[in-house]
Amino acid sequence: MALIEVKGLSFRYAGSEEYAVRDVDIEVERGEFIVLAGRSGCGKSTLLRCMNGLIPHFYEGDMEGRVVVDGMDTRETPPHMISQVAGMVFQNPENQLFALNVEADIAFPLENLAFPREEIRERVEWALRVMGIEDLRDRSPAELSGGQKQKVAVASVLAMRPKALLLDEPTSSLDPLSAKQLIETIAELNRRHGITIIIAEHRLDLLLPHASRLIVMERGRVAVDEEPRKALTRDIIPYGVAVPKVARVAQLITKMGVGCFRRLPLTVEEFVEEVRGDGR
Amino acid sequence: MSGEPLIRVEDVWFSYDNEVTALRGVSLTITKGERIALIGQNGGGKTTLAKHLNGLLKPTKGRVLVKGMDTRTTPTHELVRYVGYVFQNPAHQIFTSRVYDEVAYGPKNLGLSEEEVDKRVRRALEMVGLQDYVEWHPYDLNFGQMKLLTIASILSMDPEIYVLDEPTSGQDHRWRNLVAELIMKLNQQGKTIIVITHDMKFVARTSERTILLANGKILADGPTREVLNNIELLREAAIKPPQITQLCHELNNRLGTSFQSMLEEEAAEEFIKHGINV
Repeated sequence: MALIEVKGLSFRYAGSEEYAVRDVDIEVERGEFIVLAGRSGCGKSTLLRCMNGLIPHFYEGDMEGRVVVDGMDTRETPPHMISQVAGMVFQNPENQLFALNVEADIAFPLENLAFPREEIRERVEWALRVMGIEDLRDRSPAELSGGQKQKVAVASVLAMRPKALLLDEPTSSLDPLSAKQLIETIAELNRRHGITIIIAEHRLDLLLPHASRLIVMERGRVAVDEEPRKALTRDIIPYGVAVPKVARVAQLITKMGVGCFRRLPLTVEEFVEEVRGDGR
Repeated sequence: MSGEPLIRVEDVWFSYDNEVTALRGVSLTITKGERIALIGQNGGGKTTLAKHLNGLLKPTKGRVLVKGMDTRTTPTHELVRYVGYVFQNPAHQIFTSRVYDEVAYGPKNLGLSEEEVDKRVRRALEMVGLQDYVEWHPYDLNFGQMKLLTIASILSMDPEIYVLDEPTSGQDHRWRNLVAELIMKLNQQGKTIIVITHDMKFVARTSERTILLANGKILADGPTREVLNNIELLREAAIKPPQITQLCHELNNRLGTSFQSMLEEEAAEEFIKHGINV
C-alpha cells in the first residue's frame, strides 16, 4: 500500500470561489523524493496541507475526495497522529521556533505528546546528528543564521520520527549557499535514512538531481507527474517552472541536431561526463 | 546622454555603532544608463551601500554625491526625486489602505498637480500590470502583487535611478521574467538600475556591470561576464556562480577551451561552434 494516497482530491478555502486543488490523484510510495513545482498559487501548499491533515482540521473549506496517510484517513484522524507519519516544514523557520535553546525547541513537540524522557533524549540526539547541528544545541534560535534556523526546524520535525517529510518552500528565505546545504542534507535524509520527501520548491536546479519524481501543478491540477528527466522533455516552462540551465543547454544542442546526450544532464558534472572531447 | 556620472561614492566608511563597521573605504562612480548588480554574502555591505545612494544612511567618513549633491547636507526628500529605493520586504514600504493612494503618495509629495499625479499613477500601475486593482487594499494583494505595487509607487516618482533590493527572492520563474523585462524597459528609457541580489542567474541576464562586496569592501567591480567568470574570487566570497558559468569553467578545465557564456542560448551556440563532441 502506498504511504500517502490522494484520491479525487479537491479543496476550496472558505470564502473563496475557486478551488485551490482540483481532482488530484497521487500515490506516494515509501522512499520517494518528490519535487512539487509550479508557479506561486498553483496549489502546491494546499496539497501539502492536505497530506498532513492541516486540511481539513485547521483550514475551513470544502473538501472532496480523500487522503490516506499510512492507512489513516486524514478526515477521521486527529492531526497530531498524522504529523507523526508526515511532518511538515514551513517556508519561514521563525514560525516554527520559539524556545530558549535549540535542544528545547526540538524536544518540545515530543514533550507535548508526553513521550518518556529517555525516548525524548534519544530522538533529539538523533535529530541533531542527522541534521549535522550538534554544535548548535545550546544556542538560542534568535542568534542563528537563516540556514541554521531552517535546519533546526527540520530537526524538530524529524524528532517525531516521521516516515515522510513535507517541505513547503523551505529555502525561500535562504541565500543560495545555505539553500544548497539544506537541500543536500534533505537528500541525505532520503538516501541514508529512507525518509520519503515531498518538497515544494522553485530551485529545481538544486533538487532535481536527487528527485525520483517531478510533479508540476497548474491552477490546482496536476499537469505533469513523471520521472524528472522525462518530465523535462515536455514543455513545462509555460507552467512557470525554471528548467535547470544545463538541461536547457543540452536540449538546445540536441534540437540543433549537432549532438546527442545519452541522458539529459541535470548537473554540471553530468553534462561534463557526456562530453567525449573537443571536436577539433 | 550616457556617460554622465550620476552618483559618486568617495572613500565611504560606515559603522552602525562603534563595533560593526559595515563599509570600509568604498569608492565607485555610477553613470547614466548603467545596469548594475550589487552582489555578496549577507553582511557584506550590499544593502548598507545601497542605502547610502539616496541618503537613507549617511557616511561616517567619506562622501556620496548624487548629481553633485552631498547626501550629508541634502535632505532625503530632495534625493528621492532622483533615486528611488524599492525595499526587499513590501511590508516595510506599504503604509496606505488603497492601491491608488500608495502610488499617488510620492508624486503628491513632489508637489505635482492632481492631474499629473493621476496620470502618473495610472501609467505606473499599467506598467506593472496592476491597473485593475486601483481600489484594492494593498494587503489584499498576494505577495508578488505587493512587490509590484512597491515598484509602482517608485515608478510614479519617475526617478532617474532605481535601486531594487532583492526583487526576486522567494519568487517563481514567471516573476523573475516580469522583473527582468521591467528593468530592461526602464533602462531603454534611459533609467539607471541598481539591483541588490543573490540570484546569479538574474544578474547574468539583467546587469552589464557587477560589483562584488565582501566585509564592507569592493572585491570586484567590472563587466558582469568578467566578474561571474572569476570562479576563484566568487568562491572566496562564498558566492555560487550561475550554473552555465560553472559548466563553462569545468569544460575549460577539461578541454582547455575558454568558454565564457552566461546564458543558455549563448552557451549552446558557443559549444557547437567549437565543435564539442557529445
